[in-house]
Amino acid sequence: MNAQMKRGLLDICVLAAIKDEDSYGYQIIKDMKPYIELSEATLYTILKRLEAADQLTVRSIEQGGRLRKYYHITSAGLKRIEEFREEWKEVVMLYQYITKEGHHE
Amino acid sequence: MSKQEFLSRLKKELSGLPEDDIAERLDFYAEMIDERMDDGLSEEEAIADIGPIEKIVSETIAEIPLSRLIKEKMKPSRRLRTWEIVLLVLGFPVWFPLLLSAAAVLFSLFIVFWALVLSLWAVQVSFAVSSAGAVIVGIILLCQGNSQKALLTIAAGLILGGLSIPLFFGCKAATKCAWSLTKKTMLGIKSLFIGKEASK
Repeated sequence: MNAQMKRGLLDICVLAAIKDEDSYGYQIIKDMKPYIELSEATLYTILKRLEAADQLTVRSIEQGGRLRKYYHITSAGLKRIEEFREEWKEVVMLYQYITKEGHHE
Repeated sequence: MSKQEFLSRLKKELSGLPEDDIAERLDFYAEMIDERMDDGLSEEEAIADIGPIEKIVSETIAEIPLSRLIKEKMKPSRRLRTWEIVLLVLGFPVWFPLLLSAAAVLFSLFIVFWALVLSLWAVQVSFAVSSAGAVIVGIILLCQGNSQKALLTIAAGLILGGLSIPLFFGCKAATKCAWSLTKKTMLGIKSLFIGKEASK
């Protein structure tokens, strides 16, 4: 997958990982493992970017004697996922056109 | 490598970034190591699982825009002493042209390299075009009944065409190579601003 496309998709993937309930860094990486290999450095950058864009908020919660950062999706984050779903419908339509046999009928 | 060693090495490698940014990244990696250890991995295994520090650093640098790295570098970490300011100002005619020429040299190397790639393409295109031209001229000569000349011209055209095909792939490879070199140089320039400041 090209880097630009991957970058856009990973943002949405991370938002999706915290959509139903708040999650933390390692859990996000584990959740995504079956789909895509996400390095720590990449995840950090994505989380920072999403936080700066107000699409998620961060809070530290004590867990077993240490602090764990939990990420919580905001309404802007939910909206971003929704926008992605809408945009993706167009992508699917174009994909169908691209892979269709016989463009002139 | 222990967690503490890992973190202090990472800190050293990332020096040059804003202090609070480094602290936040270190917290992040510390948490990642702790999580893995909670999952039953040993300290060593957890650190090995995160991957080599060099990879973390190069990925981190790649994600940060060059302008931000320069800005951070330009910010003096302490107030300059008077004599340092005097030296900087007096030395301006010396250090500024030097810096400028270094940048100019790097830039011209770049231009030369890409010009080389461009000229390769130019050769390839001219081969392809003259091949087509020669074949067409050959056919015209053939129609005029000048068969000896016609065959010679067509043969020349076909040879040129034949040469242009491997040349095309050569050009493609050269472009790819130039592109990856450009990216690597960019990463190299960026990494000048990061790390290697262990004494600070």
